[in-house]
Amino acid sequence: MKKYTEEYPKFYLYKRIVQTKLFIDSHYSSKIDLNDIADEALFSKFHFIRLFKSIYAKTPHQYLTKVRLDKAQELLQQNLSVTDVCFEVGFESLSSFTGLFKRMIKTSPSVYQKQFQERQRKIKEAPLQFVPNCWAENKGWKK
Amino acid sequence: MITRMNHVSVFVLNQDSAYEFYVNKLGFKVHTDAPMGPGMRWITVCPPEQPDLEISLMSIDEGMMFKGEAAKQMRDLVAKGTFGFGVFECNDLMATYEEMKSKGIVFKKPPTKEFYGYEALFVDDSGNWFSLGQRK
Repeated sequence: MKKYTEEYPKFYLYKRIVQTKLFIDSHYSSKIDLNDIADEALFSKFHFIRLFKSIYAKTPHQYLTKVRLDKAQELLQQNLSVTDVCFEVGFESLSSFTGLFKRMIKTSPSVYQKQFQERQRKIKEAPLQFVPNCWAENKGWKK
Repeated sequence: MITRMNHVSVFVLNQDSAYEFYVNKLGFKVHTDAPMGPGMRWITVCPPEQPDLEISLMSIDEGMMFKGEAAKQMRDLVAKGTFGFGVFECNDLMATYEEMKSKGIVFKKPPTKEFYGYEALFVDDSGNWFSLGQRK
């Protein structure tokens, strides 16, 4: 059986692109210059964007936005204020953050937070309503 | 008629450790995390692009489901890596493999060309194995 490295074309490029993706994952809250990331990975900016998109189906900028919005949802779930969340995840303008959140998540940050809190309250009050009956019975949770 | 599946169960040795693996390493989203009483928890996670498929991280406890020695037997089977609970897919197997390895995830089989595309096998924190594939 051929080693995977022989099967995958240009596998040596993958490590570099994966490293840039992991860099974005851990530095999303900072002001990231994607030109610098491309340079660090030893790619031209055009080549970097093309390769990144071929692997992750998003440009680096689109991916950074997604990471920031994912993190924003997590922080809203932890009851941070919308303003705090905005700056915590790396946005520089509250109106930009709110507008982008609403466009991508289909609800405003404050409504998202309220809906999450309401669901958590229901889970706490009546957890069995969130468990399929077959499992609740098998686990002995239904008296 | 049956239209789709919306829940699937994976038996795990420790739900806290499984949470760490599936949520923080694999990047799955928490769907429901409900305390069910002392030492009991119903937790489901979902792959990032399948928010309506709930994967239940099911603890193995002696009780109605596992009577007597059965719970220990089941835990031993899980720890031995007996079960493969399913097949995941990704856009790019090589990149996903590199990232998962960098997070310490163990692979039983590296990315390998198969007739249907590329496949690798990884193991979760309990010992369960999964196929991870990229279609042609």
